[in-house]
This record gives sequence, C-alpha cells and structure tokens, in this order.
Amino acid sequence: MSDATEAPEAEITEELALLPLDAWHRARGGRMVPFAGYAMPVQYEGIMAEHLWVRENAGLFDVSHMGQLFLSGEGLDAALEALIPADVAGVKLDGQKYSLLLAENGGILDDLMFTRWQDGLYMVVNGACKWDDIAHLREHLPDEIDINHMDEHALLALQGPKAVEALGRVVPGVDALVFMRGGRFDWNGTGLWISRSGYTGEDGFEISVPADQAAALADALTAQPEVKPIGLGARDSLRLEADLPLYGHDLDTETTPIMAALNFAVASKRRREEANFPGAARILIERENGPIQRRVGLIVEGRQPVREGALVLDEEGNEVGRVTSGGFAPTVQKPIAMAYVPTAMAEPGTRVTLSQRGKVHHGEVVAMPFVPHRYVRQGA
Amino acid sequence: MSRYFTEDHEWIELDGDVATVGITDYAQGQLGDIVFVEVPEEGKQVGKGDDAAVVESVKAASDVYAPVSGTVIEGNPALEENPALVNEDPEGEGWFFKMSLSDTSELDGLMDEAKYADFVSKL
Repeated sequence: MSDATEAPEAEITEELALLPLDAWHRARGGRMVPFAGYAMPVQYEGIMAEHLWVRENAGLFDVSHMGQLFLSGEGLDAALEALIPADVAGVKLDGQKYSLLLAENGGILDDLMFTRWQDGLYMVVNGACKWDDIAHLREHLPDEIDINHMDEHALLALQGPKAVEALGRVVPGVDALVFMRGGRFDWNGTGLWISRSGYTGEDGFEISVPADQAAALADALTAQPEVKPIGLGARDSLRLEADLPLYGHDLDTETTPIMAALNFAVASKRRREEANFPGAARILIERENGPIQRRVGLIVEGRQPVREGALVLDEEGNEVGRVTSGGFAPTVQKPIAMAYVPTAMAEPGTRVTLSQRGKVHHGEVVAMPFVPHRYVRQGA
Repeated sequence: MSRYFTEDHEWIELDGDVATVGITDYAQGQLGDIVFVEVPEEGKQVGKGDDAAVVESVKAASDVYAPVSGTVIEGNPALEENPALVNEDPEGEGWFFKMSLSDTSELDGLMDEAKYADFVSKL
C-alpha cells in the first residue's frame, strides 16, 4: 500500500521548526506531519469527526505557522496600495480586510488579511509564503516603512457556531465583535489581539497571543465543553466546502484575482479608477470582459474523490482545465472539488468530464460555497 | 488457514486454493476515515507487487498492491456501499478481493503475524 496522490509523509526531523504548541499537540494525540517547514498536527481523532465537530460546535486550530507582520511608518496606506488591490485607506481602526499580494503581471503572490491597528497595519500571510512575502514587501515598500515579523506570537483560530460562547467565557466581551472586526483584549494580564474571522466558513475568531502564553490559552479554550483541538486535515476540508481558496493550490502566480473568482478583492471603485495596483490593466480588463479561465466548484458523481492535478476534459477529450483542490466533503457527503475551467464552462449546471489516474469521472459545476457561510455580520 | 503480511501493510489469507487480501489494522489507522475503495474486477491478472486496488481516505488516495501473483476471483461488493468497513473491520469484513495464486512459493517471502507485529512496532 502506498500514497498515490501525495508525497509520502516525510519523517519529522530536526530540520522542521517546532511551533510554540508542539508539545501541547503531541500530548493530546495530534499526529504531526511536515507542513510549510513546521511540524503540524494533521489530525487528532480523525478528519471526518473533527470536521463535523467544527460545523456543530467549536474547534481550536493552531495556525502559528502563518506569518504575522506589523507594518508601520509614514505613508503606509499609499505604499501598501501600490502592492495590493484593496482600499487600504478606507479601512478604519480595528477593521479587517482580505486582499492579495500581486505580482507585476497581476498574478497572485499570496493572499492575506490585514487589520488597522492604532499605530499601523497588522497582516497575516501564509506560512509557506511568509519569507518571500517579507522579502517582497521589504523590496517594494519605502525605507520609512518598518516591517516587524511578530514571530514571538502564536496564532490560534477558534471556529464553529459555538466559538462565541466558548471564547466569551474565557475572554469576556468578544461577542461585541462582528465579522472582519478585531480588537485588543486582556486575558489574565496577557494582551491578546482577537478578530472575528477565520477560514472555515463558520463564525469564529483568530487570536494572536504571545508564544509563551499560547499553551495556557489553548488549555483554557479546550477546557470549554464546546471546544476540541482540530488538525490541518479538517481545516482543509472545511475551507474547501466554504469556497475559500488555498494559496499554492487554488491560487498562484499564474492566476489573477478575477480568474480566481475573487472579484470582491477588487471591489473598491476608487482603486479601480486609480488603477495603480500591480497588474491593474489586465485585471480590470478581465473584470470587464471575463477571464479566459475561472475557478469553479464541482460536485463529482459517485463516491470517489477527484483531487488536485486531475484534468478537466472537453467533449473531444482535450485538456481544458485542471482540478486545484478536491476531496470527500464530510458535511456534503459527496466528493467536491475546485477547478479552473474555460469561462464558457463556468456556469452552474455545466457538465464536466474529469480524468484522474487514467479513469474518467463526471461532475457538474455548482455555485459555491458548498456549505453556506455562517459569519456574524454587522447589522445582522 | 494461514495469514501472511507485507511490508506495505497488506494481509493475505490462504484457504485452500483461494486467498483473501485486505489492508491491516495499522494501515487503516494511518489512512484515517476511508471514503472510497476501488476493488479489482473478476479475472484481472496481477503480478506480485502490482497495483490491485485503490483506497481513498478523506485526505489522500493510496494504492494497494497484490501480495503475490495470481488471478482476481472477486472484489468485495460490500465496500462499494460501505467503504468505512475497512476502518471498522479491516482484517475481516473489510477485505478487498479474493484471488487464486499462480505461485504459492511467493508466500514464503512474506511475514507471519508475529513478524508483522514486530515490524509495525518499530515504525
């Protein structure tokens, strides 16, 4: 028996960096695997059970491998707007936004979240990209802008419909936050930065905590009856069901925000009129006329998952697209996938033929998300 | 009846001329939740070490190899409806396929239950 779709899980060696919660995960039975240069827990009791637990209760994810950056300095908003398409200047104190670090040609270098703090912008970037991102920011931001890599902080995500009850008991007041808003909170004398956001499609929070306090906070959270620790495996299936693309799989330098169906990332009228973000000419033409290819969701017939790398074929059997993420969806109870297909095939209801390891599968383009979002929005 | 094991975590049990093949409890534990099993069709000829079946967990697909050479007699039809049988009873009801052997001497190179237990304990 051997792994057919992924490289065998490499041995955990000393080359892998250890996260602040490494011993905490191992003590709770987390199966550690290499990811983004770190030893990370892929699962505890099992991906299916953990996934369903998050959809009904609350799960604690350790996402400390992600890069936490703090940018500050004179002229920061305008300087950052030269690298990302978001309306940075329009983000008020404690407001949070999703955006994309763009290459000169409009391809995506990384996706990120940023928040306005009192004295600068706090940014979370992907773990696998963080060193490249820091180098890119340093190269392209003026010298007056300071970039502080907050590597002495852990990042925890508490996700699920009961996250607000559980976290509210540990850190009173978090229920006042709404989706994509954050704030500073005090927990037993430790300063926490908490935002109501995440990457599972559920209500939930992300919590930046000093690394030396991370285990104590994780203990306090998992002491709540609604909360179990959840591994990366379920994080992947949850985000796939929620139409949340994963950098390096569904997004890369070959894809633009419009191809990736992230039109909301270029929603600011001012930024579009100024057209001064990287790749603006190409991205705005694609936004107007439609891209050549587009990211879509697929439901695959039968029970066999179709995974990253499977081909999308036209009626003559020619390759016209590619699956970028796929697996069995625990909530949907069917195999689902994200794929890039020609725009003419991107309408929901379009039948598609897929090829994986010499076997043909059939599927249908469907509207995403596969599972409705349950964010707690302002005014809702 | 005797049961043999491979280093790739397949088991094979010989009963007269017919052998039953599956994956071990250790293997299902490593794979996690199994959501699909593709079993070989009746009549398929397999050589020792050939891909004979595919088992898919939530996370990944894995090949299952033929422990010895021979001809497939039947795939386990129960796995189509209930692939989780492999998690629940990997070395019993969750078998993958039955085969006839073309060279029983190939079994000599496999591990017995005690040797396999020792092999797994060192992983």
